[in-house]
Amino acid sequence: MSILKVNRLTKRFGGLTAVSGVDFEFPQGQISAVIGPNGAGKTTFFNMITGIYVPDEGQIELDGESIVNVKPDRITGKGIARTFQNIRLFGSMTVLENVQVGMHIHLKTGVIGTLLNLPRVRHEEHTSQQEAYRLLEYVGLEEWYNAEASSLSYGAQRRLEIARALAARPKVLLLDEPAAGMNPRETVDLTALIRRIQQELNISIILIEHDMKLVMELSHHILVLDHGVKIAEGDPQNIRSNPKVIEAYLGKSAVEEGVVVE
Amino acid sequence: MSKLDNMRHTLRENKLAQIILLVLFTLVTAAAVYLMERSVTAFLLLLASLLLLYYTSFTNGIKWIIALVLLLVVIPFASSGGTSYDSYMEVATQCGIYVAMALGLNIVVGFAGLLDMGFVAFFAVGAYTYGIFATDQANNFISGDLFPLSGGTFWIFILIGGFMAGIFGILLGLPVLRVKGDYLAIVTLGFGEIIRIIFNNLEKPVNITNGAMGLSSIQPPDLFGFDFTFPHQYYFIVIAILLVVIFAVRRLEHSRLGRSWKAVRENEIAAQSMGIPLIRTKLIAFAIGASFSGMMGVVFAAKQTFIDPTSFTLIESTTILVMVVLGGMGSVPGVILGASLVTILNLQVLTELTNWLNQLSMQGIIEVPNALSPSKMQRFIFGMILILVAIFRPNGLIAAKNRKIPKEVVTGGPHQHHEVPAAPISAKTSPE
Repeated sequence: MSILKVNRLTKRFGGLTAVSGVDFEFPQGQISAVIGPNGAGKTTFFNMITGIYVPDEGQIELDGESIVNVKPDRITGKGIARTFQNIRLFGSMTVLENVQVGMHIHLKTGVIGTLLNLPRVRHEEHTSQQEAYRLLEYVGLEEWYNAEASSLSYGAQRRLEIARALAARPKVLLLDEPAAGMNPRETVDLTALIRRIQQELNISIILIEHDMKLVMELSHHILVLDHGVKIAEGDPQNIRSNPKVIEAYLGKSAVEEGVVVE
Repeated sequence: MSKLDNMRHTLRENKLAQIILLVLFTLVTAAAVYLMERSVTAFLLLLASLLLLYYTSFTNGIKWIIALVLLLVVIPFASSGGTSYDSYMEVATQCGIYVAMALGLNIVVGFAGLLDMGFVAFFAVGAYTYGIFATDQANNFISGDLFPLSGGTFWIFILIGGFMAGIFGILLGLPVLRVKGDYLAIVTLGFGEIIRIIFNNLEKPVNITNGAMGLSSIQPPDLFGFDFTFPHQYYFIVIAILLVVIFAVRRLEHSRLGRSWKAVRENEIAAQSMGIPLIRTKLIAFAIGASFSGMMGVVFAAKQTFIDPTSFTLIESTTILVMVVLGGMGSVPGVILGASLVTILNLQVLTELTNWLNQLSMQGIIEVPNALSPSKMQRFIFGMILILVAIFRPNGLIAAKNRKIPKEVVTGGPHQHHEVPAAPISAKTSPE
């Protein structure tokens, strides 16, 4: 069963074809990875799924429903949440408020309700604070819930992005290089966190990552892009020994020497 | 030295000492204002008691009660002592009008991060909405000789003025919000000028605004047969509207909407990816900010009884922006302080200084060329203030602070129930 399906997905920037005719089915409830060398089109691929870019050709279906030409904020409402490669937190807001913003689509309060300070509104605000705090506990940031988001360490900021994305209660969670800039210790914690999210919350996870150890350890399925084209797909075992993948990462001579992607 | 430190410490800890100090300060300044014929300094110090109150450590409820007593009883009563009652009240009323406008602009610039350089346009829309219908001007394009409407309609017009300004905010926002940052500033600046020029020229083919001649003898408000004509009467109208505005802003600030505004300000792409519709959120900021300005426009038109396009020039927009930046973008107490300071500087300090220098030169003590009189150096002084603020207080006089939420509130007290499994993961990364 696939949760997200892309069909002949293509995006061009002027003369450059960033993503070219990619087909893939992301399985429901599992962890998939999109890998490839720098400039392979991975982030462009994510940006099309989340609606930031409109694809030039092709189809994207979430649960059988097309999400091409749907605005990013509506796509979040349909069940896709993401984190960003270059952290995009709301820096001057508190850690708790950042997670509360993630809940935006599940809160109903409007202008009038806020101005009249209705009991319903106060209740919703209060429950959202508690839920946000529980999500912070889940990613291990509850101690700093009142701190300014920009004051967190790099690794903590990445985890806050995950908590914020989880607050939208997504069906699919897109993680764009979640381990970038983390030290080995933080990466181990992150690996455990991602696995827990998949197992406990039943969320399908798609991640872009350069840390091969993390990718091979976590993913059930891997999609490999190079120069915008799909060059391989399969489980970690297959990908590791795939000559095309080795060539893309390490060059032709590596294939001849029989190196394995690690 | 240590004695002074001790005193400061005691003052910070001891609420009794604080209230004694506050009451003494207020009594002395109030008595000075009451007894002296005309003393700008005494009146400013009396207003400063509100600032003193802000820094006491009482709960918000108590602060509000004391502030209301100061605003509604002490300040009007103390100023009523001398012949300059109305000139004091005029300053206080103007302060109130500008504070409400600055709070409106603070929603747009401070919360949503949209630099609006033509904010006075919405003030003009409010003022003209009342001005046109509360004079016989409207007879030019609506038949039946129904106008001017009576002063009793003023109260409804406060809402209509706010509503009209809100509509204009949305009309401006729809095309303009496609551009960002500096471009937005330039486009809004243009819009502000366009509105003024339209009001200046809308006398042909149908005379709607009476052009550069302006609208005169606007009906004063009337409440059950009681006419409002003096500044000390408008003072209470302004305070009433201002209180509504402050409560509205404070509620919005910490609501779902306020968070969306700040999220859009901090990072548009992330905000949109969290499900926040950008255009809609920005439009609401424009509309609400504009409506505060529009309401005060109605009051302004009624108070002045005369409006013309020259009241709504670019310098007015800039002044309001200076108030927000000086006080602290996104900070409600900061913006209130900034707006009060700039208004007082404009209306009192600069004029008083000019008068004083004029007196000195008339007595032949010093010779001040006319071009250097302080009231003509308004822009220069604003520029200086802004540079100084940028260097020494880059976040404004009272910088915006995040609200800290007590632990019991977020954990839901002792009875915890977990919807998501909440075993904290083993190692934590500590923030720098």
